[in-house]
Amino acid sequence: MNELINEFLVESYENLDQYDSGLVELEKNPSSKETVSSIFRTLHTIKGTCGFLGLSRLEAIAHAGENLLSLVREGTLPFTRPIATALLATGDAVRSILSELEKTGEEGTADYSELVATLIRLQKPEAPEEESAPAPATAAAPAPKAAAPAAAKPATPPAVATVAAPAVAPAPTPAAAPKPAAPAEVKTPAKPKAEGSEHAPAAKVTDGTVRVNVDLLDRLMNLVGELVLTRNQIVQLAGTIESAPMQAACHRLNHITTELQDRMMKTRVQPIDALWSKFPRTVRDLARMCGKEIRLETEGAETELDRTVIEAIKDPMTHLLRNSVDHGVESPDDRRAAGKNPEGRILLRAFHAAGLVTIEIVDDGGGIKVERVKTRAIERNLITAERAAQMSTQDLVNLIFLPGFSTAEAVSNISGRGVGMDVVKTQIEKIGGMVDMSTEVGKSTTCRIKIPLTLAIIPVVIVGCRGERFAIPQTNLLEVIRLDKNLTVETVHETPVVRLRGNLLPIVFLDSVLNLKSGSRHEIQHLVVLQAGDRHFGLVVDTIHEAEEIVVKPLGRALMSLSCFAGATILGDGHVSLILDIYGLGTRASMFQGTRSSHTLEDESKSAAGKGAGTTFDELLVFSVGGTRAAVPLDMVSRLEEFGAEQIEYSAGRQVIQYGGSIMPLISLAHALGMRDTPSSDGRVQTIVYTEGSRSVGLLIDGVEEIVRSSVEVQPSGRRSGVMGSAVIGKQITELIDTHELVRTHASELFH
Amino acid sequence: MSTTRQLCTFLLDGQLFGINVDCVLEVIRSLPITQVPLAPEAVCGLINLRGQIVTAVDLRKRLELQPPKNGVMPRMNIIIRTTEGPLCFPIDEVGDVMDVDSHLFEPVPETMTGVARKLIESVCKLPDHLLLVLKGDFGELAGV
Repeated sequence: MNELINEFLVESYENLDQYDSGLVELEKNPSSKETVSSIFRTLHTIKGTCGFLGLSRLEAIAHAGENLLSLVREGTLPFTRPIATALLATGDAVRSILSELEKTGEEGTADYSELVATLIRLQKPEAPEEESAPAPATAAAPAPKAAAPAAAKPATPPAVATVAAPAVAPAPTPAAAPKPAAPAEVKTPAKPKAEGSEHAPAAKVTDGTVRVNVDLLDRLMNLVGELVLTRNQIVQLAGTIESAPMQAACHRLNHITTELQDRMMKTRVQPIDALWSKFPRTVRDLARMCGKEIRLETEGAETELDRTVIEAIKDPMTHLLRNSVDHGVESPDDRRAAGKNPEGRILLRAFHAAGLVTIEIVDDGGGIKVERVKTRAIERNLITAERAAQMSTQDLVNLIFLPGFSTAEAVSNISGRGVGMDVVKTQIEKIGGMVDMSTEVGKSTTCRIKIPLTLAIIPVVIVGCRGERFAIPQTNLLEVIRLDKNLTVETVHETPVVRLRGNLLPIVFLDSVLNLKSGSRHEIQHLVVLQAGDRHFGLVVDTIHEAEEIVVKPLGRALMSLSCFAGATILGDGHVSLILDIYGLGTRASMFQGTRSSHTLEDESKSAAGKGAGTTFDELLVFSVGGTRAAVPLDMVSRLEEFGAEQIEYSAGRQVIQYGGSIMPLISLAHALGMRDTPSSDGRVQTIVYTEGSRSVGLLIDGVEEIVRSSVEVQPSGRRSGVMGSAVIGKQITELIDTHELVRTHASELFH
Repeated sequence: MSTTRQLCTFLLDGQLFGINVDCVLEVIRSLPITQVPLAPEAVCGLINLRGQIVTAVDLRKRLELQPPKNGVMPRMNIIIRTTEGPLCFPIDEVGDVMDVDSHLFEPVPETMTGVARKLIESVCKLPDHLLLVLKGDFGELAGV
């Protein structure tokens, strides 16, 4: 195909997207001169270029649209909905001719005379308020090829003298229907040719971008990498030569290379807006088809994503958006009845968080009816009724991602064909992402997509540990503190902690988690306070280097299984550095689950009498006893202590221990709960000290597991003495101990 | 009918190895290696090959050969192309590219055991010594 035409196609497709969103924007804000001008320019450019290329049919349509638009631009015509619809249809018609052109090299034979007629009719200010003729792009009227070009001539409006068509004689009464005048075809292309050459350069001025082949960008990127290495060698060599001009030149080389590398990296990403800018049109059309009014809002449209990622989420996002329009937002009447604004709202939000890009599609519709999802899933044998009964609301909502699931009562032509959400899920998971739904009945539905930032540029802080450098994503980083005599590492049950502004922060030594042995620790170390999800912990490293923006590169398959690393990157000096995955690191260091990460608990004990099923707790100490996971509210714990098994003595048939100068009775919690005692393997016993008034009692447990700081709801379980119920903590069933009652049952002589 | 195969050869622990020349991207002097903590034993680390991060695999460990004497580090790297991305092998010395007659190839002897069996595709009987031909399979070579 002619290269000129090819370029025209690429440019026009892009322009048409802007054209669509511009029109929708204009509909919201009809007085925006800027928007009208930009739409006008787009159409004008297309028309002008058509003239050049001799695409008469396309030109005729663009011309008619342009004439209408120019009236709007001058304020002669108000921008009404029928005009918007007709202009959007113009865009569609242009698109379909373009795609025909792409395929066959010809303009095709579809007839657009009706559309052109509509465009002309609307130019009369008193044009009737009917909008029943959106002029489908492929009307099958048997009008001959010449119809459209012929229509273009009378379309020139009387009022437009400035830009549109100065040479054409005014046609006071626009033809109601175009005359299929064959000779017109011969004449028409001649005139716009001159016109096009007049105006095309002006339209080009707005274009500040150049299209570059992505392969070329990748090659450039690698070359820049090579340049960086060479730069390093030169800088090193120059260091051995005593020459001031040489040093200065090296300095400049250094500077330029760094900057070049920096800019080069940024060529690979696009703001998510590149995808989103197509959506206002989609939503508008769908909403009108469903008889709804929906406003689309965006937040974080500037969030940068790798272009391959943007391409990959295009289909799933469109699908989700269609769902929101079709099933999410209710009809205006329903909304009014529910006391909501009849105009629905869909919000697209994107942001970087926890090393991922999160995209949310939030609608303020009726929410997902969980009961219906449940019934449907059972009907379709996707899950069993028993299983469904145990599932949380959140899990039930996410059943809609199962293959073959659809709750739509009637299949609409927009969505609800039962293939869909599972495909969305598959597509997102294919690029290593996650998707989940949450809903609030009557209020909103949120679909959250998390995609890994593979190749995305992220800001990091480079830290050093035993001579190696690692990158920590800044999204996980809260603060950096120097460890000195004012801030030292203490241990609680062999677990290192620091006191940070009155709170105990569990810490991890990077070298011990990663088994780094080479080199030695620095004398002065730094503490990096990190956040993974809602947990905080400290990471001890040797040095803090600079903050940088880096390109994340995936680790090869050989290293994929290492959960501690999110990827690797090449630093400014060409050195390869690993990017720490904070969540993986914390998990490996048993920061979130598993073995002890205990804190000393100084809280005064309080009576928890009267608490029971249905109560919620905010802080729990989770421990193991008799092979079971159990927990007590943190405020019931006065201390955690560890004793040698040989320190246990007996008094009056009861195990006791000397503690703080007095005798503290011990209760074997396993025994009290009717479980088997598990003898300690290392000769040490762990106890939870419970204090009430002046009396203390030690509860023997197997070991502390973690401290949970999230709201936990207790569910009743079979009534057992000393047990409040059970709860799911960290995805495991955990028994909640009622210390207050337990000590009364098992040490009644002390507490009554 | 006899055809020939082109093999890129290299020395490792005194033994001559060969790999299909089509697989070989390039041979380079050694580059700084970033060690990867907790990585499988045979992975020696990551190198920066002109902006591309390549996993370096210690073939000595994969083939259960002796570690280099006097702790001398290999000076050359051979980069090969696999279906799952490039791999880098530190080697002792790079040899010639040889055209070898196909009738000189023989399957790996039945009696050979161990990991090496999975890595070696065939044995080639050169006049003065044997040449072991490696498979170009990422999973086997990287040991995952």
